[in-house]
Amino acid sequence: MDAEELRLDGNAAAGLLGEVFPFEMTTAIGTCAGCGRAQAVGALVLYRGGMGAVLRCPSCDTALIRVASIRGAHLLDLTGTTCLRIPGEA
Amino acid sequence: MLSAGPTPRTRLDRWDSVVEGEIDQPRRWTWEEFRSLPVEAVTKDIHCVTKWSKFDTSWTAVSVDTLLAGVETSAEYVVAYCDGGYTTNLPLEDVIGGKTWVAYEYEGEPLEPAHGGPARLLVPHLYLWKSAKWVRGLELLIADRPGFWETLGYHNRGDPWGEERYAGD
Repeated sequence: MDAEELRLDGNAAAGLLGEVFPFEMTTAIGTCAGCGRAQAVGALVLYRGGMGAVLRCPSCDTALIRVASIRGAHLLDLTGTTCLRIPGEA
Repeated sequence: MLSAGPTPRTRLDRWDSVVEGEIDQPRRWTWEEFRSLPVEAVTKDIHCVTKWSKFDTSWTAVSVDTLLAGVETSAEYVVAYCDGGYTTNLPLEDVIGGKTWVAYEYEGEPLEPAHGGPARLLVPHLYLWKSAKWVRGLELLIADRPGFWETLGYHNRGDPWGEERYAGD
């Protein structure tokens, strides 16, 4: 299988991210550390392989969010996200 | 298939391979220069941390010993870096002594981009994430610098025989 076949819309990460965050993460706005573009997590590009999930910027491919699920724990790296705007209740 | 991003497709006339870092003199090879280095036919089993193995895979490859021949260094670690930004770290002793190669053919055919072409690291005695696809350089380091998966909970060395899958194993 080519890596491009593993390339999914970021909304496909909703289930996984729902296990990590107690809110609808795909509607949060992440700012890319690589190019500065702000976009909904659901608009990122998801690569999900056996070792973990990587959500990348559709503009510059920077990895904004990396998640590995290991022995019942989620390991999360947000190094590629300079700011995460989480919608609250109006 | 262990890919965490899009497949890079670097033109061979823009490809080079570099050895740098804690080294007396950095080294660089163009694709043509790399292809003129002594090659080895390597047949090895490979093991993925996601619990599959493939036996008797055959590769055409340049030994990392060849790339490091004559190098003077006090480094004890290496980071392999790749097109697409992937990195993985290794103790220097795991890449010397006939254990590690830079491979450019698989089963007699040029390595396809999806499988790491034009060239990938081949470290068959460690889990496959150490065999970095699209490798472009080796940085020799005094201090260890964990790579892409090693910073996300995976084992720093990744010995299949020790079942070193995750940090702490």
